[in-house]
Amino acid sequence: MSKKTLLNSKDIEIILHRLACQLIENHNDFSDTVLIGLQPRGSYLSERLAQLLAKDYAIKDLKSGVLDITFFRDDFRRRDAPLAATSTEIDFLIEDKKVIIIDDVLYSGRSVRAALTALQSYGRPKNIELLVLIDRRFSRHLPIQPNYRGRQVDAINKEKVLVTWKETHKKDAVYIEQR
Amino acid sequence: MDQLSVEHLLGIKYLNANDIDLIFKTADHFKEVINRPIKKVPSLRDITIANLFFENSTRTKLSFELAEKRLSADVINFSAGQSSVKKGETLIDTVNNILSMKVDIVVMRHGNVGAGVFLSKHVNAKIINAGDGTHEHPTQALLDSYSIREKLGTVKGKKIVIIGDILHSRVALSNIFALQLQGAEVKVCGPTTLIPKYISSLGVTVETNLQKALEWCDVANVLRVQHERMDINYFPSTREYTQLFGINKEILDNLGKKIVIMHPGPINRGVEITSDVADSDQSIILNQVENGVAVRMAVIYLLAQQIKR
Repeated sequence: MSKKTLLNSKDIEIILHRLACQLIENHNDFSDTVLIGLQPRGSYLSERLAQLLAKDYAIKDLKSGVLDITFFRDDFRRRDAPLAATSTEIDFLIEDKKVIIIDDVLYSGRSVRAALTALQSYGRPKNIELLVLIDRRFSRHLPIQPNYRGRQVDAINKEKVLVTWKETHKKDAVYIEQR
Repeated sequence: MDQLSVEHLLGIKYLNANDIDLIFKTADHFKEVINRPIKKVPSLRDITIANLFFENSTRTKLSFELAEKRLSADVINFSAGQSSVKKGETLIDTVNNILSMKVDIVVMRHGNVGAGVFLSKHVNAKIINAGDGTHEHPTQALLDSYSIREKLGTVKGKKIVIIGDILHSRVALSNIFALQLQGAEVKVCGPTTLIPKYISSLGVTVETNLQKALEWCDVANVLRVQHERMDINYFPSTREYTQLFGINKEILDNLGKKIVIMHPGPINRGVEITSDVADSDQSIILNQVENGVAVRMAVIYLLAQQIKR
């Protein structure tokens, strides 16, 4: 199994700043906008972006939450390993809000499909956008594309894209692994 | 770990501590789900569940049905009163007929001890025991422990007294197993006629003085006097029972500590517990009902996860 570094921590920092600026371009002061990180891995990216927007770009009272999609997946009982749920923390209504779904890697698009259904439990948003750090082209099962992407990757199906964060692995990085 | 060690939920005695922990963690997530504006998840949309109640029930049946619907399962209901059981059909025939309609999970309450175990050996479906005679009522015990855990943070090391008709109570037996698995100390309290002879072999202690039992405990789980299961008189009169084993506000206020009051319902107000106690801030009776839905969702979800097509 070989492992190749795709992005190092400096690359990721630059990308996060770019994504933050792109968000500000479209959402101004975020008064109508909420960030929703997909559990478990999208929540780190979401949290990081929220911190960056608050600290470096003076966005005040940014609303952000994390969403668990376990019970909305379409592969329940079809996987070998059982699915373990994580927590959902959305302590605001998304009725009439602009929602930005945030995840680390966009691959088949099925998680995002599940997230779109799950979000309906919290009201009818004005619109929903998708932000991902890594967009794996050519691997989509569903017609889902990101509005904001950190980096587009042409990884083949045998390869695995792994994102690590300072919070969990002591290092921000993105790797491509040969399986 | 993330999977139950059992294929059916027939009784707490077949579970281990990890199973209970997994059920509670899953129930935590479902408790969040049932407090959302839209309280439904689509996980079980291809699962069909039959609720077979050969014995009366209001709360348990509603709670199961709601749990199933919140998980998007298709539900069919059956009550023995209006069925062919009255015409002499056997249990296996009844259930197999229902299973021919492609049912995946059977939730069953039955008057006979071991009915669930019997069924699990003869039919091809997941069985959830919703009470079998005077034997076990596992989901009630799970929701009781879950409610204690929610109120006191943990069940481990807590002292719980079960008060009342232990002899006829499936809730008592399942509770004893569940609480002991989680490391709690259990005492039973009631008239000696309503305490089974060999109860101490389960590792519980017996106390016939209500005052002493309440002084000892952190939680009192008060059971209903089950008149319908009593073919003989186990105590002279309801009035005498109330005087010796009924819990009222005065007794609680004089304890010098705040204990938690639980009751699996239905309550005989003024018999085993007075209204002011049942409705007081020490009582978590209504929390038990709410938690019942979340815990049953967790049990159904975890068993459904094992079904392969």
